[in-house]
Amino acid sequence: MIAEAGLAALWLAAAMALLQLACAGLGLRLKQDELVAAVRPVAIVQGVLAALSFGLLILLFLQSDMSVLLVAQNSHSAKPWLYKFAGAWGNHEGSMLLWVTVLALAGAAIAVLEHKLDRATLTATLGAQAFIALGFYAFLVIASSPFTRLDPPALDGMGLNPLLQDPGLAFHPPTLYFGYVGLSIAFSFAVGAMVTREVGPVFARAMRPWILGAWVFLTLGITAGSYWAYYELGWGGWWFWDPVENASLMPWLAATALLHSVNVLAARDGLRAWTLMLAVVAFSMSMLGTFLVRSGILTSVHAFAVDPTRGSFILVLLAIYIGGALALYGARVGRVKAGQGFDLLSREGGLVLNNLLLSVILGIVLIGTLYPIVAQAMGQQLSVGPPFFNKTTGPIALLLVAAMSAGPLLRWRRDEANALLQRVTVPIAAALLAMAAMFAAAPGTGWMEIAGLGLAAGLTIASFAPLWKRNLLRTPLFTWGMVVAHFGVAVSLAGMAADSAFTSERLVAARYGQPYYVGPWRVVLNGVAPVMGDNWSAVEGRVTATRGEGSTPLLLTPQRRFYSSPPTDTAEASIRTRADGQLYAVLGAQDAEGRWQLRLWWKPFVTLIWFGGALIALGGALSLIGRVFRERRNTKRREDAE
Amino acid sequence: MSLLLSLVLAAGAPADFGYVQIPDAAKEAQAAELMAELRCLVCQGQSIHDSDVDMAADMRRIVRQKIAAGEQPQAVRAWLVERYGSYVTYDPPFSWTTAPLWLAPLLLLGAGLWLARGTLKRRRK
Amino acid sequence: MKRWLLWVPLLVFAVLMVIAGSRLLVPPQTVVKSALVGKPLPDFTLAPMVAGKPGVTRADFATGKPRLLNVFASWCVPCIAEAPHLMRLRQAGVEIDGIAIRDTPEAIGAFLARNGDPYARIGSDGQSQVQIGIGSSGVPETFVIDGRGRIAMQHIGDIREEDVPRLLQALEDAR
Repeated sequence: MIAEAGLAALWLAAAMALLQLACAGLGLRLKQDELVAAVRPVAIVQGVLAALSFGLLILLFLQSDMSVLLVAQNSHSAKPWLYKFAGAWGNHEGSMLLWVTVLALAGAAIAVLEHKLDRATLTATLGAQAFIALGFYAFLVIASSPFTRLDPPALDGMGLNPLLQDPGLAFHPPTLYFGYVGLSIAFSFAVGAMVTREVGPVFARAMRPWILGAWVFLTLGITAGSYWAYYELGWGGWWFWDPVENASLMPWLAATALLHSVNVLAARDGLRAWTLMLAVVAFSMSMLGTFLVRSGILTSVHAFAVDPTRGSFILVLLAIYIGGALALYGARVGRVKAGQGFDLLSREGGLVLNNLLLSVILGIVLIGTLYPIVAQAMGQQLSVGPPFFNKTTGPIALLLVAAMSAGPLLRWRRDEANALLQRVTVPIAAALLAMAAMFAAAPGTGWMEIAGLGLAAGLTIASFAPLWKRNLLRTPLFTWGMVVAHFGVAVSLAGMAADSAFTSERLVAARYGQPYYVGPWRVVLNGVAPVMGDNWSAVEGRVTATRGEGSTPLLLTPQRRFYSSPPTDTAEASIRTRADGQLYAVLGAQDAEGRWQLRLWWKPFVTLIWFGGALIALGGALSLIGRVFRERRNTKRREDAE
Repeated sequence: MSLLLSLVLAAGAPADFGYVQIPDAAKEAQAAELMAELRCLVCQGQSIHDSDVDMAADMRRIVRQKIAAGEQPQAVRAWLVERYGSYVTYDPPFSWTTAPLWLAPLLLLGAGLWLARGTLKRRRK
Repeated sequence: MKRWLLWVPLLVFAVLMVIAGSRLLVPPQTVVKSALVGKPLPDFTLAPMVAGKPGVTRADFATGKPRLLNVFASWCVPCIAEAPHLMRLRQAGVEIDGIAIRDTPEAIGAFLARNGDPYARIGSDGQSQVQIGIGSSGVPETFVIDGRGRIAMQHIGDIREEDVPRLLQALEDAR
């Protein structure tokens, strides 16, 4: 019954989306106010129905209803409840339903909350949103229904891929989806604005919270994914420029650029056509990412169920939405009035530079990710990986960080070179000092690491400079948000540079009781012991690590695990975090002489990478809250005045 | 448990260059940098430095042996490219087929500057 | 702003779609071909794997007659599947040498007893050094070596029934 109700809710939600699109389209074209007025309530009903459908799917998973194919294939009655719950979206069908549910709820939220935008643009926006949702409803009911019954029911489920049995699963995919959906809302706004050609500060302010929200979730999703891969894959790496990683990075880069350009549009009514372009690009990158990940056209280390048929469905949706939006762009934007003019040396000029560099990085990542396909068409098998991306995007990213230090210190409209130089003296001095110290302390370090640490030091000071001589309590929350986010970039950059420059790696064939040294640590393998889990058995190494005489030893317990179903062999790294870094141990095989292969890393300040990522997201959240409250207050004031 | 341990035993003998570093730290650093840029041929999404499979260990052994014997990393890379084509390296060698890839950053930067410059100049008061 | 510029994004997007779409029609290549095909077999010497059968060296090729060089292992499941077809090639008069990867004499002995022994020589490549030396990336793989010691062809994966005539033809061409 529950499954049938879920399917019915899904079909009804799809019907509502169709109705929403029809009302918006016909209402605007025929200038029928009744039709336009129906759009908001229909959007709300669509959101409720989609949420109901997803809620019922979760219920099926929690009940372990093995008469439902999806549950039987992806769950198991003995699984902990968290994984049953997360299992609802730990598969293709469920994740697509989550996608469309968030999309529908976001549409409902716009319908309820948005009151400043002119009616025509809002209606066109909700129409575009319904059009996107329709594609995904069609995808769900035609090619990947989550509610298909299994007759006769399975005795029990097949379980979940061991690599996915991790709290990371409950967190990482939904955060990325929230981000993608947020970008689809920005896209709908852009389409709405292209239809009505109402592009200006009001439009920018209506779109901005959605971009900020999407960006916060994307930042969190990427940060969490990076840490998840770091401890799960067991080789101490946190970013490999793998196609799946790039697929999540590209929408983030576009969203970051959009986030900055929309501020120019809101404050100075400039960069109109460019902001629309970025909104389209940001969503197309999240669709392209979904396509790359799901279709399996590129090989990746990360676990994903791939299916070329579903891949082609996503590709068709991509072609319709993005192709359509870009055609609209070509036809319409020429008639959008050019925005305000501005000076090169100004806050706007700085933001243009930000957009330029971010777009170039985005372009490089896109080309590098897809180039192996092009090369294969030319008859050559090719790999494009970390050396290429580091060499090309690295210097540009460092340039961006340098620009970031000065940008927020520039005044809007017009600034003086001398005044700017005065403001950035301290950050520049800090950067040079840090670089000199680094060069003196570790002369063999690469120039990118030195520049990275130096710029991180400079940016740390520069990011707080906007608060200089201000009443901190009266400083707007969104300014705090910017400060925290920029500081987060400095923190993350420092972590990356420190990890790259100072990591020590030690691979040994370890005898029991013999000391080995990695970084400042003295490490001893005391023995191994068998350990049993619910659905795995393991050999566990008992490793102690001491730092200097008389310090309390740390215990590390790296495991070699054997999962019974499906039979897999995994290495569980053991990681100990200290204030100044992480000690990372992986147990390998035993040789004929009884020695165990042990891989050890000391990674100074590596945690700063993800701590910085969290700070960036926090900054975005502060900014979002600040903006929303400011808008609220302004609206209220205006109403009071009237 | 004994079965389990014997499985582990069969998996490989760690005490060689496939699993253990070159004693000379400078040479090991060279080897490590190179291994991180060589693609594991059977796992396909990982470098041989990061991969657990036997074939990756066999490739690491060759790399470490050659570097320990005094060969330059570039020569070792070329030796492998001679056998597996450019697929084996994550650092695509510059050629007619890879020229668009390597020139893309410069072209993008140029196009971006041209776009931005046009906008800023036209708008300057 | 120039009008044509506004259509550039659509153009770029169309190119992207063509790239992505073409890849769906032509799936990615998952095998890595040896770049040494058409080039001379590199120099190597492998010790005998089993008693009573010589090992394999570079000098065994370039004898004027084409031979097959089969890379295999007792722990490799597809190798069992291709064994009958190797036997058929042997019966057709083809000379086959084997390179056993990361294996032991006992295991190989048992493997040959169970699946048949088409090999004239078997060399032991305990650390895949020769395998990597000839640009092979997995087991099983089969190389056609011509009479001058040149690699004429590489067959990746197990030999199926339909591959037998192809290999015979390649051996004929390599004469």
